[in-house]
Amino acid sequence: MKIDVSHIAKLSNLQLSDEEKKKFEKQLEETLDYIKKLEEIDTENIPPTNQVNGLENVLREDIPSPSLPQDEVLKNAKTTHNGFFKVPAILEK
Amino acid sequence: MKLNTLTIEQARDGLQKKEFTSAELTKACLTRIEETEPKINALVTQTAEFALAQAKKADEQLAAGVDLPFLGIPIVIKDNFSTKGIRTTASSKVLDNYIPPFNATVVQRLYDAGAVMLGKANLDAWAHGSSTETSDYGSTQNPWNTDFLPGGSSGGSTASVSADQAIAAIGSETAGSIRQPAAWCGVVGLKPTYGRVSRYGVIAMGSSLDSPGPITKTVKDSAIILSVLAGKDPKDATSSPKKTDDYISACKEKVQGLKIGISDDYFNGVEKDVTKLVQEALKEFEKLGAVVKNIKLFDPKYAIAVYTIIQRAEVSSNLARYDGIRYGYQREKFREEAKRRIMLGTYTLSAGYYDQYYNKALRVRTLIIKNFAEAFKEVDVIIGPTSPSTALPLGASKGHPMFGEMADVLAEPSSIAGLCGISIPCGFAKNGLPVGLQITGPQFAESLVLNAAYAYEQTTNWHEQKPNL
Repeated sequence: MKIDVSHIAKLSNLQLSDEEKKKFEKQLEETLDYIKKLEEIDTENIPPTNQVNGLENVLREDIPSPSLPQDEVLKNAKTTHNGFFKVPAILEK
Repeated sequence: MKLNTLTIEQARDGLQKKEFTSAELTKACLTRIEETEPKINALVTQTAEFALAQAKKADEQLAAGVDLPFLGIPIVIKDNFSTKGIRTTASSKVLDNYIPPFNATVVQRLYDAGAVMLGKANLDAWAHGSSTETSDYGSTQNPWNTDFLPGGSSGGSTASVSADQAIAAIGSETAGSIRQPAAWCGVVGLKPTYGRVSRYGVIAMGSSLDSPGPITKTVKDSAIILSVLAGKDPKDATSSPKKTDDYISACKEKVQGLKIGISDDYFNGVEKDVTKLVQEALKEFEKLGAVVKNIKLFDPKYAIAVYTIIQRAEVSSNLARYDGIRYGYQREKFREEAKRRIMLGTYTLSAGYYDQYYNKALRVRTLIIKNFAEAFKEVDVIIGPTSPSTALPLGASKGHPMFGEMADVLAEPSSIAGLCGISIPCGFAKNGLPVGLQITGPQFAESLVLNAAYAYEQTTNWHEQKPNL
């Protein structure tokens, strides 16, 4: 079973060297082989469980309250501009 | 007696009786840290000045008669808990320079209870592991034999407590990360029910699994910390509104009539010494009046596959936020283990594979939950070895694409089901390394689990033995 490592790396936003790609391809295939064991188990009509303590729609009153000060929030950023985080361009003219 | 070797209970008693001050207690711990860090590398960041300032304040409060559950008691906190103004790295170079602007709820509750923080404990980077060897800040060494691993991912926390650097520590468990290193380091590690303790401010690994919990020298100490941490947190929507119990009073010596389940599958592939010690412990339980019964549990080998998929899928989502824009460095700084887990997770969630892997794993999860529910109709708690082996040597985890998940086979089923469990020392193997047994209970049955653990602990003196470090 062949994994398209380049495609997965792109989806994961990870840059891998050719050497890494080769190594990961082998290791990922090994892992996939192992987890295929689950196909042995019959799960017909069994619903999936995402949340183990049964909580749903945990809401609060829509009342604004103090949040973190802007300068604290920006402190760890490499570059900021006029009190904003600066992100790489994602839209082209 | 060296003050750093005290338990929380003994330290509280001594401080209240004015036999010593928090400053003296803290200084004893700091001295021990200085002596032992070159040998065990348990801490990523030491916060001596911060600790001494907290100790000074605690002494003022003690003198004024203030009574808080943790007043003046020095602890270390796993470095995946956000600490305001203090570097928090999750043992990854991606966060090498990250200074959180807020405290995790667990941290805030401990500070509010009077705790003194000595430093941030080492872990497998992003908590991805069962050895602490994948830390970007070097492995931690086991205080019982420094050629061996402490276990993980909370290996820094367990080594620190085992070496008496701190009176207690905080760790977190996704599947095994508190219980397994506790077993390998000969200390007590409690994984509370998922949702019993707030995850707010914990650097997320598996959001449907992560459970912060105490790492201590004794069972009573574990109950003391749980009392401070347990309870609904409005900042964590997955934290449970269920009422908390009086965990400290639950530590009783009586277990008459307690029904203990054991499952043969949980002894498969387990080292002989480990099995022998767990069986001897079960005999002690019977002497105390408990009844041991064989039950059939879902084969743990399937839990490895379920856990690997769910955890790695959630990891791939949780680690997407690290892009170097708002904090930290860019994704190039992720090391091998993180990249591997992100990729596997992304793959199992991707179009065409989601049903085959992720959805399938969630369905098997339902079966595992049902299986435990059936078992708990017949028995009160389930007991078995925490780990198939004692601590492995340094280097054991390298090059193995599923080391973590394989090593935690015995903890994964209960973690997948969100149950609570504790690992307590039950002896030493022929190689001199500690062995732990685990007691698992239904969700929110921490009192029952602590009761069973305490009763057994009081018939032994494993918890009084210290490594020769």
